[in-house]
Amino acid sequence: WRPPLCSSKVFIQRHYSSGTICKFQTKFPSELESRIDEQQFEETIQTLNNLYAEAEKLGGKSYLEGCLASLTAYTIFLCMETHYEKVLKKIARYIKDQNEKIYAPRGLLLTDPIERGLRVVEITIFEDRSIGSGR
Amino acid sequence: MHLGVSESMRECEYSQISTRSSTPMETPYKKRTPKKRKWEIFPGRNKFYCDGRIMMAKQTGVFYLTLILILVTCGLFFSFDCPFLAQQLTPVIPVIGGVLFLFVLGTLLRTSFSDPGVLPRASPDEAADLERQIDVANGGTGYRPPPRTKEVVINGQTVKLKYCFTCKIFRPPRASHCSLCDNCVERFDHHCPWVGNCVGRRNYRFFYMFILSLSFLTIFIFAFVITHIILSSHQNGFLSALKNSPASVLEVVVCFFSVWSIVGLSGFHTYLISSNQTTNEDIKGSWSSKRGKDNYNPYSYGNIFTNCCAALCGPLPPSLIDRRGFVEADVPQLAPPTNGITIYGSTQSQQSHTSTADMKTLRVVVLASLLLILQLSSQMARGHVSTASPASTIKSSTIKSSTVSPSTIKSSTIKSSTVSHSTASTVKSSTLSASTLSTMTAASTVKSSTVKAVSATAS
Repeated sequence: WRPPLCSSKVFIQRHYSSGTICKFQTKFPSELESRIDEQQFEETIQTLNNLYAEAEKLGGKSYLEGCLASLTAYTIFLCMETHYEKVLKKIARYIKDQNEKIYAPRGLLLTDPIERGLRVVEITIFEDRSIGSGR
Repeated sequence: MHLGVSESMRECEYSQISTRSSTPMETPYKKRTPKKRKWEIFPGRNKFYCDGRIMMAKQTGVFYLTLILILVTCGLFFSFDCPFLAQQLTPVIPVIGGVLFLFVLGTLLRTSFSDPGVLPRASPDEAADLERQIDVANGGTGYRPPPRTKEVVINGQTVKLKYCFTCKIFRPPRASHCSLCDNCVERFDHHCPWVGNCVGRRNYRFFYMFILSLSFLTIFIFAFVITHIILSSHQNGFLSALKNSPASVLEVVVCFFSVWSIVGLSGFHTYLISSNQTTNEDIKGSWSSKRGKDNYNPYSYGNIFTNCCAALCGPLPPSLIDRRGFVEADVPQLAPPTNGITIYGSTQSQQSHTSTADMKTLRVVVLASLLLILQLSSQMARGHVSTASPASTIKSSTIKSSTVSPSTIKSSTIKSSTVSHSTASTVKSSTLSASTLSTMTAASTVKSSTVKAVSATAS
């Protein structure tokens, strides 16, 4: 599948008011106004934020994993995935799902933030191919 | 019909051969270039080993010193003191010593070899977008504005986020740019030359466990060596006890001098962990009450126990730089920096197709800088050395994946290199592994060399 010729990108930056945890800004960018509902967009970003919070959550389960790991000198991760990695896979599935159901039909594409070092959520906006007199 | 024309051109996959050096993707020869892994084009100053599995800083000399000190001292302890102690006291002593030693070694290697939490640099699109936003904010003046900062309120405290000009990102809170490794590192603690790596978010707990266990090990060895000497001197007298095991003296000296610094460092880091601060923040006094009555650490969880648990047993985030992933085909590739100099030039794979005109134009530009590098007995990892002058001599160097033309290579080890267009080049006493000697003229001689898997064409 060849992408159409014209595309522009919008970057959703990180939101640091809750500290160093991974959270993205829910402010609706103006470039997407004509393409998608503000509510839909906010819901996507909010779900992503919740998933990242789940990955970094401190609690009984993560402490147990940490202690077990240090007891086995971290060799346990040769056969087991860390909690964080499991959630990242969940996020990847969620993004794929969102792309297929909501964003692709509107000519948009979400890029998984992990591919951008968790710095931004990159949204590619594909311009309508029927621009110009070409038929 | 403008779009239509370019569409059809794209579909024919017609691409004009550019006279300037081009990426392998654009050559019509469709040569199957081996896919590169991301660590090979990593822009920082790190060194990678084991095909990207191991990551260290550039200067690793002190790390080897640390390793040697630990191995030698422990080796001497196990060989000279343990037999005596196991006999006289209990065999549990060497066992505990052994466990401690393995733990120290494990945590040291883990600290040194892992990614400290490097933040990958912004992609060109991101950087452009940020620049645009900042320009708009500054009123679009055009000239470079002063260092950019963003203010954010975290947990009631105002924190300034700085813009990193090298990585082209706004640094997250607690991140800092390490000038030695040329990377932004998350939750940057400090760059430790003793472990040969930065200490950041992903390896801080290993670093702490390393210095803690090393303190225990040092005290353990110190105590038991003294015990050995004392017990031995009860039997034979002090001087003969020393004569019988001179190694013990060395161990005592090493341990004595190490104990102060290592135990001190462990204590310092225990304090940092319990207050959830980084060395960076503590040195700058960022959260010190001296700065203001309302100044407090917004990252602290409030109590020591939670802070410790969070630092040592919290979730370990995966590496963001994906060292072993493969580079995407459409990403423009620059030749990786070699000794700080970035060479934009022909890549290894298309060397045999590069025209001589190309070589000559590159020669002038690259010559001066290359001569300096080549004549030092330096290690060149993945360097692209093109068009070295006839006078250049590469002695005792290790050149990996390089292209060397009209030059003399003496006593060098060339691995996976392409030696092309060599006229009167002499390759003496060298080991050429898996290299391609192409178009070497009759005058070129290969003396006393071990040539493995070489395809010599047109020689």
